[in-house]
Amino acid sequence: MKGYGGLRAESAGRPGTGRAARDDPAEPPGPVLEVTDLHVTFGAGAGAVRAVRGVSYAVRPGEVLGVVGESGSGKSVTSLAVMGLLPPHARVTGSVRLHGREILGADEKTLSAVRGGTISMVFQDPLSALTPVYRVGDQIAEAVRIHRRVSRRDAARRAVELLDLVGIPDAARRARAFPHEFSGGMRQRVMIAMAIANDPDVLLCDEPTTALDVTVQAQVLEVLRRARRETGAAIVLITHDLGVVAGFADRVMVMYAGRPVEAGTVDDVYLRPRMPYTAGLLAAVPRLDAAERPVPIEGAPPSPAALPPGCPFEPRCPLAVPACSAAEPALEPVGSPGHLAACIRAEEIEAAGGAPLAVRPPGALPAETGAEVAAGVLPASGVPPVAAGVPEEPGGRAAPPPRRDREVVLAVDGLVRHYPLTKGTLLRRRIGTVQAVDGVSFDVRERETLALVGESGCGKTTTLMEILRLARPQRGTVTVLGRDTAALGARDRMAIRRDLQVVFQDPMASLDPRMTVYDIVAEPLRTHGVRRPGPRVRELLRLVGLEPGHAARHPQDFSGGQRQRVGIARALALEPRLVVLDEPVSALDVSIRAGVLDLLADLKARLGLSYLFVAHDLAVVRHLADRVAVMYLGVIAEIGRVERVYAAPLHPYTRALLSAVPVPDPGAERSRRHILLEGDLPSPADPPSGCRFRTRCPLFRMLNGAEQARCVGERPPLRMLDDDHAASCHFAERSGAI
Amino acid sequence: MAGFLFRRLLNYLALIAVATSLAYALAATALNPRANYEGRNPPIPPAVVDARLAELNLDDRTPLPERYLRWASGVVRGDFGRTVTGGSVNQDLGRRIGVTLRLITAGLLLGSVTGVLVGAYAAVRQYGPFDRLATGVSFAVLAVPTVVLANILIIAAVWFNYLVGAHVFLVSGEATPGMPGGFAAQAADRLRHLVLPTLSLSLGLAAVYSRYQRNMMLDVLGADFVRTAMAKGLRRRTALVRHALRTALIPAVTYFAFTFGALLVGTTFTEKIFGWHGMGEQLVNSISANDVNTVAAISCFAALAVLAAALASDLMQAVLDPRVRMGADR
Repeated sequence: MKGYGGLRAESAGRPGTGRAARDDPAEPPGPVLEVTDLHVTFGAGAGAVRAVRGVSYAVRPGEVLGVVGESGSGKSVTSLAVMGLLPPHARVTGSVRLHGREILGADEKTLSAVRGGTISMVFQDPLSALTPVYRVGDQIAEAVRIHRRVSRRDAARRAVELLDLVGIPDAARRARAFPHEFSGGMRQRVMIAMAIANDPDVLLCDEPTTALDVTVQAQVLEVLRRARRETGAAIVLITHDLGVVAGFADRVMVMYAGRPVEAGTVDDVYLRPRMPYTAGLLAAVPRLDAAERPVPIEGAPPSPAALPPGCPFEPRCPLAVPACSAAEPALEPVGSPGHLAACIRAEEIEAAGGAPLAVRPPGALPAETGAEVAAGVLPASGVPPVAAGVPEEPGGRAAPPPRRDREVVLAVDGLVRHYPLTKGTLLRRRIGTVQAVDGVSFDVRERETLALVGESGCGKTTTLMEILRLARPQRGTVTVLGRDTAALGARDRMAIRRDLQVVFQDPMASLDPRMTVYDIVAEPLRTHGVRRPGPRVRELLRLVGLEPGHAARHPQDFSGGQRQRVGIARALALEPRLVVLDEPVSALDVSIRAGVLDLLADLKARLGLSYLFVAHDLAVVRHLADRVAVMYLGVIAEIGRVERVYAAPLHPYTRALLSAVPVPDPGAERSRRHILLEGDLPSPADPPSGCRFRTRCPLFRMLNGAEQARCVGERPPLRMLDDDHAASCHFAERSGAI
Repeated sequence: MAGFLFRRLLNYLALIAVATSLAYALAATALNPRANYEGRNPPIPPAVVDARLAELNLDDRTPLPERYLRWASGVVRGDFGRTVTGGSVNQDLGRRIGVTLRLITAGLLLGSVTGVLVGAYAAVRQYGPFDRLATGVSFAVLAVPTVVLANILIIAAVWFNYLVGAHVFLVSGEATPGMPGGFAAQAADRLRHLVLPTLSLSLGLAAVYSRYQRNMMLDVLGADFVRTAMAKGLRRRTALVRHALRTALIPAVTYFAFTFGALLVGTTFTEKIFGWHGMGEQLVNSISANDVNTVAAISCFAALAVLAAALASDLMQAVLDPRVRMGADR
């Protein structure tokens, strides 16, 4: 390994010259970053939080390591510890070696010379991670000037080059813009430009695409790939999204409760997981490409302040045996070389020939484990089977009659919602119109789920709010349970609210923290004149899989998934017929998400509910919805039955959207063809003429002049192209060409 | 940017006109200049008093709107009328403006800069000894009225002078009358007079500012962009100054305009106590002398000063936060 001084010279000079030795096939390159037995503790004494407990990994030049885990697993803290960016009260032990040189606990001079130079970081939230009062070009130029002796002008020129490299159009002009003038995806590109400004050897990316829409996520991942090609850097990609890792990483490390519990090549870990948590996580992810229902993992991750004595996953593990709670298993080699797992039963799982979750319906493992699996699935805590994974529609219930025979519970016709765009404080004047929703029509029938999907800014939430307002829309009609909302009086509106309830996205924000769960669930009952809500509240809590005895607790005492169950219980209190779900699982961790989805599906079947379901996650939609409406910039691009839309999308936008969702299967993900959309969503204040998607449409670019003129001049109507499958594209029949 | 400032300026001018008119109306109704001529021995004939009051536009038998119009037309031409003794308000206040402005400017700069620095440093070393000391001292200062604070300072200064056996701090007046020596000696003399009044003005201001700035700074210390700045390779200190303090100054600057009013009130006491013949002292004097025109003129000056401070804070905000400029242009 070379001395540090030489490396600085190298990265200050032309990239690549000093890397020849590393590219030599005869001598495999040594790791550029080596983390050994890293521990991070916050606080001291009994309340100490051991956020990271023994993380070790190494990355070689050009290699991508994916670090996967749920919130609280310690994955972000690990990367901040590597950068030396944790607050001073965090106690960090272990070793972090960059090019063989220890940087953990190094003085500030050493660290600041390394940070942003040899090792740099891309943070999750690009809005708060950029200083709001400086121009983006200046912020990038600052990063250049910290590490290189270049003039202000050269640094500014380099900043423009970098912005150009990460795909920001008109880079010279955009460099003079401020962060708030950029969209989320553009800001993340700026972050990446800043991180690669000095040709780093290691790039730590902490959830770089989590805050972004799928099509923008695909763009940003492409930029990261380009960054890796340009700089030859090793990338550590921290994410909770197993799909992103499958397509992007070479190796993966799964973290749970502050420790790596499984590590290996992406193929080994995804196809032959040896740790039940990994297998559970893989089974819990709703998949775009498979019809199987995701299987939830029971319970919630342990609190890092109060870890169980043995394996931290033992309380949730379907394969747990008494020995599991004796001691924490070490990360040991299993199966193929480089594959590590921390499970005392890894050998048995290996011998049984695969992932333990394949045995979820008990019986596939040897008999004695089968019984334990059953015991694990049905915990002794008194949670009824509703909460547990319901594998399929419960038997014995008659299938609903065909769609056309069922009653329409919600009909929306030509709904329009425009917001005025005003300027001035004293004299407000209108300078434009935000066309948030511009002519949306759909209907929801009894015992049916319609999903509204689309990226942020497409108008799906506005549509929802217009329906919930139960008032006369600006244009068009909304008919709820046969009643036109334009003609409702206050009393009727109150009556209809009984039948139309809502579950919100963030269960922490939508439950009053000062009310007990009992009061929260009883509130709608009391509002609608139920004198003694007690028995009904207990019944509702049981219905959503919560302990009725916990009714006296406050929302903060529950985990995210349990809180969302409280929200669902509240929505169901008045026995509604139509429930509106606004991103009900997007704030939840993967392992918990599947359980809530199961609950929603089960409740729908049991209570004969209809759902209007708003989501941005297409994989979740596939598993909950019967029909789906894809929205783009205030209009519906495509609507139809889920199987048809997913199997044979007709609108180019739907095609692009579906291809952008990463699939947690390395083989499939690498071989999939991704349709990369260019640019950002146009402003809804100034939507393109004709077809709103034409500015980003890959099909549009293949058309001849006359056809393009049609897209520009004529707004495509929603055309019924198949039985219950419509798309608003003039050339939908040719969308297969892209 | 220029358009934005121009619009602001127009708003401020309207505000000054309203504030000054209200102050005149209040002074003209509440104060009674006629009382100055009563109880004299020998008694002044009522006709003479009336004539004198009418001449000064202070006759309470003339309807208020009439007096106001006469006064306002003078003000528009830049003439604030006569004092009760018949002198020109303009001339009298002209002398005093310089005195007060010198005091306020020095106090304001010292107070706000010290406050910001103390607050920012206390936030960076939160719960450290400096933070605790700064918190304790600023609460103590805030709890003590200016009058008491000024007298404590005088006592301390006299004690200090006694200890060193020389007149280091001078506790009364703006300058030593008949002071020999050239410009340097004059300046040094004025400086020695300036120290105590400035301190008594700025201590309270610094206390308020330090509390405010500490909170603003604490808000941005944990901000992601400060972490980004350090991830780029900036030292912690540089990142804190360039990224955190810069951002945390923006709300503090807005606060500037509001503290200015309090400072003006503060000068009233300070000038009285330290024997400076400024506007504040004159305000108290003119109220007891039933001097309507001087009260109105000082109110006008105060309004002007407050709004100048507001304009300055707008300007500083636009300098610190470019987003304001862009929003105004669009």
